[in-house]
Amino acid sequence: MRRLNLRVHHAYAELKVMTANTSPAAQNPLVEFHDVTLGYGDVTVLRNITAQLGPGQVVALMGGSGSGKTTLLRAATGQITAQKGLIRVFGHDMSQLQGEELRAIRQRMGVLFQQGALFTDLNVFENVAFPLREHTRVSEEQVLERVLETLDAVGLRTAAHLAVSEISGGMARRVALARAIVLEPELILYDEPFAGLDPISLGITARLIRDMTNRLHCASILITHDVQESFAIADYVYMVGQGRMIAHGTPEQLSASNDPYVRQFLDGAPDGPIAFRYPDSPRFDEWLARRKGRS
Amino acid sequence: MNIFARSIASLGSQVRTAIMGLGAFTRLLFALLGRSGTALSRFGLVSQQIHFIGNHSLLIISVSGLFVGFVLGLQGYYTLSRYGSEQALGLLVALSLTRELGPVVTALLFAGRAGTSLTAEIGLMKAGEQIAAMEVMAVDPLRRVLVPRFWGGVIAMPILATVFSMVGVIGGWVVGVVMIGVDPGIFWSQMQDGVDVFNDVLNGVIKSVVFGIAVTMIALYCGWTSRPTPEGVARATTRTVVISSLVVLGLDFVLTALMFGN
Repeated sequence: MRRLNLRVHHAYAELKVMTANTSPAAQNPLVEFHDVTLGYGDVTVLRNITAQLGPGQVVALMGGSGSGKTTLLRAATGQITAQKGLIRVFGHDMSQLQGEELRAIRQRMGVLFQQGALFTDLNVFENVAFPLREHTRVSEEQVLERVLETLDAVGLRTAAHLAVSEISGGMARRVALARAIVLEPELILYDEPFAGLDPISLGITARLIRDMTNRLHCASILITHDVQESFAIADYVYMVGQGRMIAHGTPEQLSASNDPYVRQFLDGAPDGPIAFRYPDSPRFDEWLARRKGRS
Repeated sequence: MNIFARSIASLGSQVRTAIMGLGAFTRLLFALLGRSGTALSRFGLVSQQIHFIGNHSLLIISVSGLFVGFVLGLQGYYTLSRYGSEQALGLLVALSLTRELGPVVTALLFAGRAGTSLTAEIGLMKAGEQIAAMEVMAVDPLRRVLVPRFWGGVIAMPILATVFSMVGVIGGWVVGVVMIGVDPGIFWSQMQDGVDVFNDVLNGVIKSVVFGIAVTMIALYCGWTSRPTPEGVARATTRTVVISSLVVLGLDFVLTALMFGN
C-alpha cells in the first residue's frame, strides 16, 4: 500500500533513475566501489559495479535470488577480493589489507548474516556479549547492562538466558541483529534482515535499523528482497541483476521508474527481463537424455 | 599402456594429495602452537573444553577401564596359574595398564567419543557460517575456537588415561582377589615392587600426552577442512575415527620401541 502511495505521489516526477554506473555523491564515503568486478575463481558474478555509502545513510541493495548481493557484502567485509576495480572501506583499499589491519577495519563493522550465524555453544546472552568480550575490556556489570539494553531494543531482553536451540528462527535473527549492533559500529551490513520475521517484528526491525543509523550516524547496507520495508527506511537503493548494476536511485525515483527490470522487481510480475525459469543448457539436455534412456 | 599410465597418474595424485594434507596439518599445528600464548591467557576457555571433553568422556572411560581390568584379571590368572605364578597377577595387571592398555585404549575411546564430537562441532560451525561470522567480527577463529579445544584435549587425555588405569587395576583386583581368591597382600606388594614410577608410569603418561596431541589435532583438522554440508561433516567424523585409530596404534609401536626397547 505504501509502495502504491509512493508511486502515485511520484507519478509525475521526472524520471531520475540512473541506469549508468553513477552513484549518489556522499560526503566522506565510508564504503566505495569503483568499477568493481567480483566473482569466485574463474566465475564472474558482477561486473563494473560503482557505488558508495556515507555516514548516516541507509542504502538498500536489491536484486533477485542469486544476483550477487551477498557477494557484494563479502567484498565489503574483505571475505573476497575484487577481480577488478577498487573497493575502499573507511578510506582503505581492501585488496591491500591483511591480518591485523583487516581485523582493525572489521572491528568498526557489524554484520548480520543471512542465516544469523549464532554461536550454538553459547546462549542468547553470551552471543550478544561475544563482541564486547572479544574487543573491549568493560566490566561484567557493564556487559550485563549493555547486552540487556541491546536485547531490549530487539524485544528479547527476557530471552537472554535461553539456548540458541530453544529460540525460533525469527528470534534467532533478532538476536543476530542485537549482536551486530551491540558495539555500535560505524558501518553495519545486514544480509536479509527481514527474512523469517513476522509482520510486527519486521516493522520494528526496520525502524530499529533507521533509528540506529540516525542515532549513531553510522552507515547501513541493507541486502533485502523486501521492497516495502526497505523503501520505507532507505535513503538510496541499488538494484543488481544479470551480472551488473541494473538501476539505482532514491526509493521515490525507483518507484516512479518505467525501467522494465525495476518494474518487474517492484511489482513482482512473473513476466519480464528477470527469468523465473532456470535457463535450458546442454548439460540438462544430456542428463535428461540419459534419464530417458535408462527408463 | 594407457591403463598403466592412468594408474601411475592416479597413484601420483593420491600421494600428492596425502603430502599436501600432511603439510596443511603441520601448518595448522604450528598455527595453533603460535597462538597458544594469548589463548592460554584466557584459561577459562580451556577449562571449559577440559570439562566438555574430559568430564563427558569420564563415564565411558571408567566403565571400559573396569571391564578391561576384569578381563586382565581373568586372563592373567589363567595364564600365570599354568606356571604357578598367580602371585604376579597384580604386577601383570598394573604393567599392562600403565604401559599399554591405559594410554592406547583411552586414546581409541577418546577418538570415538571426544574426537568425533570436536570434528562435528567445528564442521557444523563452518556449515552454519559461525566461523565466517567470527572472521568478519575480527575474531581469529583459530585462537578463539581451535586453540582452547586443542589444549583441552591434550590436558584431558593423560588424566583420562590415568583414570582408566586406576579403574582397571581395581577391576583386576575385584576378579583376582575378591572372586578368584589371590592373596591381597601379594597382589598389592608385587605391584608396588614391580612398577617403576619413571619407566612405567611416566612413560605411560608421555604416551597418553602424545596420543592426546595426535587425536585432538586430527579431530580439529578434519573438522576444519570438512566440507560445510551434512555429508561433508559426516565424512569428516568418520575420517577422524579411522585416521586417529591407525595413528594411535602406529605411534604406540614407535613409542614402545623407543621407551622399552634396549
